[in-house]
Order: sequence, then structure tokens, then C-alpha cells
Amino acid sequence: MAKYTLKRLGMAIITLLLVACITFLLMNTIPGSPWLTEKTPSQATIDALNEKYGLNEPEIVQLGKYFKNLFKGDMGVSLKMQKNRPVVDIILEMFPVSAKIGAIALLWAVLVGVPLGCIAAYNRGKWVDSLLRIVGTIGISMPSFVVASLLLTGLGGSDDSIFPTIFKASLGAKAYILPCFALGLYPMCYISRQARSSMLDALGQDYIKTARAKGLKNSAVIFKHALRNALIPVITYLGPQIAFTLCGGFVVETVFSVPGLGRYFIQSIQNRDYPLIMGTTVFLAAFIIFMNFFVDILYVVVDPRIKLEKGGE
Amino acid sequence: MKNGRKKASTSAASKTALGKKEGKLLEVNDLKVSFFTPAGEVKAVGGISYDLNYGEVMGIVGESGSGKSVEAYSIMGLLQSPGKVVGGSIIFEGEDVLAKSKEEMTSFRGNKVSMIFQNPMTSLNPVYTVGNQLVEALRAHNKDISAAEAKKRAAEMLDMVGINNVEKRMKQYPHEFSGGMRQRVMIAMGLICNPKLLIADEPTTALDVTIQAQIIELMKELQQKTQMGIIFITHNLGVVAEICDKVSVMYAGRIVEKGSVNDIFYKPSHPYTVGLLRSMPRVDAQEYERLIPIEGTPVDMLNPPDGCPFAPRCESCMQICLKKMPPYVEMGDGHSSACWLRVQEKMKDKEAKNNG
Repeated sequence: MAKYTLKRLGMAIITLLLVACITFLLMNTIPGSPWLTEKTPSQATIDALNEKYGLNEPEIVQLGKYFKNLFKGDMGVSLKMQKNRPVVDIILEMFPVSAKIGAIALLWAVLVGVPLGCIAAYNRGKWVDSLLRIVGTIGISMPSFVVASLLLTGLGGSDDSIFPTIFKASLGAKAYILPCFALGLYPMCYISRQARSSMLDALGQDYIKTARAKGLKNSAVIFKHALRNALIPVITYLGPQIAFTLCGGFVVETVFSVPGLGRYFIQSIQNRDYPLIMGTTVFLAAFIIFMNFFVDILYVVVDPRIKLEKGGE
Repeated sequence: MKNGRKKASTSAASKTALGKKEGKLLEVNDLKVSFFTPAGEVKAVGGISYDLNYGEVMGIVGESGSGKSVEAYSIMGLLQSPGKVVGGSIIFEGEDVLAKSKEEMTSFRGNKVSMIFQNPMTSLNPVYTVGNQLVEALRAHNKDISAAEAKKRAAEMLDMVGINNVEKRMKQYPHEFSGGMRQRVMIAMGLICNPKLLIADEPTTALDVTIQAQIIELMKELQQKTQMGIIFITHNLGVVAEICDKVSVMYAGRIVEKGSVNDIFYKPSHPYTVGLLRSMPRVDAQEYERLIPIEGTPVDMLNPPDGCPFAPRCESCMQICLKKMPPYVEMGDGHSSACWLRVQEKMKDKEAKNNG
């Protein structure tokens, strides 16, 4: 286990460096600069600013310096959106907001998606199955901005109504309902479809026949014997999805004006806020890598046949 | 009606001095099972009847698709949709199995009747330890038993089926066992509640030959120890000769011949049985011999013929065979066969008797 973790850690660092390099390269090929606003400042000002933030140096030197600071836990300061504020600070402030909405969204997606999938599989071919399939297909084919906009125009109201249009943490639980629903709908539908097909697969296995032949109750057959086997593909999907959702649904956060990390992904690019682009990307990448590792460990817990290293423990 | 049956059987099943029960454990009467597919009704089992006494081992032999397993699943109440029992009765220890509710069937399965399956590699759940699955089988029917006691009993069962190092094995997962070992675990699991009847659905088919012999030996030994009845489903006549007291030969959802092992092997009276025996390799062959197969393919169960289902493949097929289903002809002590040839012989005998 320790050897495996070390190996994964090494690979994670290399992956992160690669992600950072590619992002840096792409970022610098986009035309424009952080200093361009409606009132374009004078060339002298731009030069001075470039000088101050080290943007006048060759790109390779900039990248080297960035890495050097990154290993010290310094991601630089925001150039524009929250001028001179450390990127680390911004991420630490925005991430919890996104994470809270994301966690609630995923929680309901799993808690509703998995049972729905099981119900559909158990009633295969009956009307319940057909109904769930239609709902699932709609949920999967509708882009989140459509879902979010529909919810907003259909249900959204003032701060006093049950579904406030604009997210404000001060409004308490009700502020979370619409964004969490919109964010969780797609994963919910996806999970329920995944759960249905893997549940069907599990229910057709010989060990289910054995379990029934043993005289186990139907509930024990389904929840103890089939479900655990059926969850493995769901977990595979869930790992990266957790990372994406927790770091903020770009679209949903924008539609509901949630001050989360997701919005910063897009706005930092629009504003050419270089350190912020790097910071959010590297953070998301690191998070995804970590979640994949976490999922690998979860496999071992769920499926004893999987051993993380040769020979196992 | 049901009560009358019950009484009759319980008195018949009175214990003898040896403590071994006698009488009928299982009676299957004119059982019919159909699968309702989009293409039509497939009559997988078309009216079969047999009895099984306490402590008796019966083999059911037949080729793939002859309805052997379907028949066994109906006893267990494990038929999956679109399969359905459409007629007949299954009486187990005087109780009508088909009349039982779902809950009653749940406590019946694994408790009174157990089943082991063809493929031990996939019959155990890969994500639970062997000990867990054994204990689960016991506690499903024995709810008062403590966890420690159940564990102890599971370990005893594993020991009984010849698994070494039981303490360690209990904590292992199925993938850490070989195929033969897994089948031993399946047998231990099947027997943990002391069932009166064990249905073994081709338990040796997926195993290699040396392991097959071991498993058969084990089952024979356990049968003698526990005096349970066994229904042994197989297409391997060698296995039948090894372990069974009597045999039913199935073809196209019907029992075409049944009798004691000796009758079936030495006095086969149905052309299908004869064909089956002839297609087996002989140890006493003088020189290289080709195996003699039964030509043709089984009938389409969607449109079974009016006559004898074996008629199209039968060497001695007569006019009547294609038109009418042959009745069972008693050949002596529990040996009967459904073939027009035998009917013809019987009639000739009668005539000879009348004339002489």
C-alpha cells in the first residue's frame, strides 16, 4: 500500500506539472493582456505593470518562477479580478461555497440515482422502468444551462420567495435548493442509468441464483448481494465527477450568481488574470487526481478481488 | 384434499428402527412448465411424474434443453419469468410446494431443499468472504443462532466437505479458492441447514475429471452420513452409475424412461436410452471404435410434435410414433418406458398368453 501510494504520488506530481505547462502555454497564446480595459492605459503604465508582475520576462523564466513559488505554496497574486490578493486566498474563500453546493448536489444525485436505478432494474420492462428511462434520458440530454434557466424562469423569485433567484449565503437553506437541484440533475440521471445497467448485470449472475436458493429474502438478495457488485461502475464515474462538481458547476454558478470557484474559472480567462487561471486549473487538476486515487482505494474496499499492488497484502 | 394427502404421507413417513425415514419424500405428478416467450409458449416440461423416497438418490439424465434444470427450478420455486408452472403438483413431505406463498417458499428454500449449481466459479458472490456466505445461509433459517455458534457450525461444515485450514479459509474470498474447492463450499452451504433433499444441477460439469471424481465421492459420502435425498441432474451417464439409485431419462420435456440404475444400464427399453448408452466410450473396447452419436437434433419445443418427440431421430420409428404419444409401459419393478415398441411387445405377450 505504501509503495503504491508513493508511486501514485510521483505520477500525480508529474501530471500536475504537465497540466500547469500546458495551461501556461495555452494561456499565453490567447491574445490580449490583463491590462486591457475600456480605458486602455498608456504604454508606460503597461510597461510598469508588466515589470511589477514579472510579465516582461521570457515565458520560460516566468514558468520556472511559477513552479518555484508553487512548491512553496505560493500561487501568485491576482492581477485584475481581486487585485493583488493572493490566489491561494481567493481559492480558499471560493472553494467552500462551491464545495458545499457540489456536495449537496452529488449527495442527492447518489441517494436518488442509485435507488432509482435499482428500482428500474428490478422492474425491467415494466412501466416504472420505461418512465424512469424517459426521465433519465431527458435529464442527460438537457444541458445544465437549460435546466438552470428553466428553473430560474419557472420558479425563481425574490429573496423572500421559496426559491430565490440570486444565491446569497445569508438566505440560508432555501438559497441552495435551485442551484443544487440544477447541478445534481445530470449526475443523478447518469448514475441511475449506470446503476440500472450494472444492477441488471448483477441480478443475472449465478451468485444471485445461489442467494435465492439459500432462501434469502428478496431484500437481502438485492441489497446485500446484487447492489455491492453493481456499485463498482458507479464509483468509477463518481470519482472525477466529485472533483468537477465540488469545484463548481461553471454554468450553474453563473446562472444563479453563486460566488463560487466555478465562476472564477471562466472570468479569470476572460480577464486574462494569468495567476488566477493557473491557480484554479492546477487546483482542479490536483483535486481530480486525488479523487481518482481515492476511487482506487474505494475499489479495494468494495471489491476484494482488486489488489492495489502485485501480491497484495 | 390437501389434508388427506398430508395424513397419508406422514403415516408413510414414519421412522423405522434405524432412525432412517421411509416413504416418499417428494412426489412430482404430471408437472408442466412453460416459458411464455414472444414467439409463443415453449413447453419446457410437458408433464413429468416421479417419486423420490427418503435417502434415495435419483439421477435425471438428458441432453441440453430437455427440461432437466427447469424441472429442478420449479421444485425450488426459482423459475424466472417468463417461466411458469402450468400444471401438475409437487408434493414435498406431504405439502404442496406449488401452493406455498412467497414467504413460505423463502423459508422452504435452502432449509428443506438445497440446490447446488453447475458453475462453482460464478456461484459464490465475489465480494463476500466464504465464511460470511456460509453463515448467512445458516442464519437465514435459524434466526436464534448466535453469530459465534453460526461461525462454528460453518467451520464444521467446511471441515466436513474436506477443506483444510478452516479458520483461515473462512476469512478468504471465493477467488482465493480453486474450482473444486468452491464446489465443496457450495456443497457445505447447501447442507448447512440439514436439508432433506439436495438438488445438484450438473455439479461436476464445469470441473476437470479428477476433481469430478472427488466431488462425486464426497457427495456419496455425505449422502450416506446425512441420509438426505439427492436429485442429481447430469448428462454424464458415468456419474449416474457412480452415485444414483435410480434414473429418469428426459427427452424434450418428458421422462421417456425411468428405472433403477441396473435397469437403465443393462435393460434399456427406450431407443433414446439405448442411443445414449451407445454414445458413451467403452473401457472394454477391443480396438479403436468410433462413438455412435444419436443422429438429428432435438425437436423444436415451440411446436412439439403430436407423436413421440424422439420419433424423428428414432431408428425403429413406426407410423403410430409420429401420430400419438406413447403411454408408459411397466417393465417391472419401478422400471417404465414410454415407447410404442414396448406397447407392441406387451400386446403380443398378452395375445400369446390368451392363445396359449
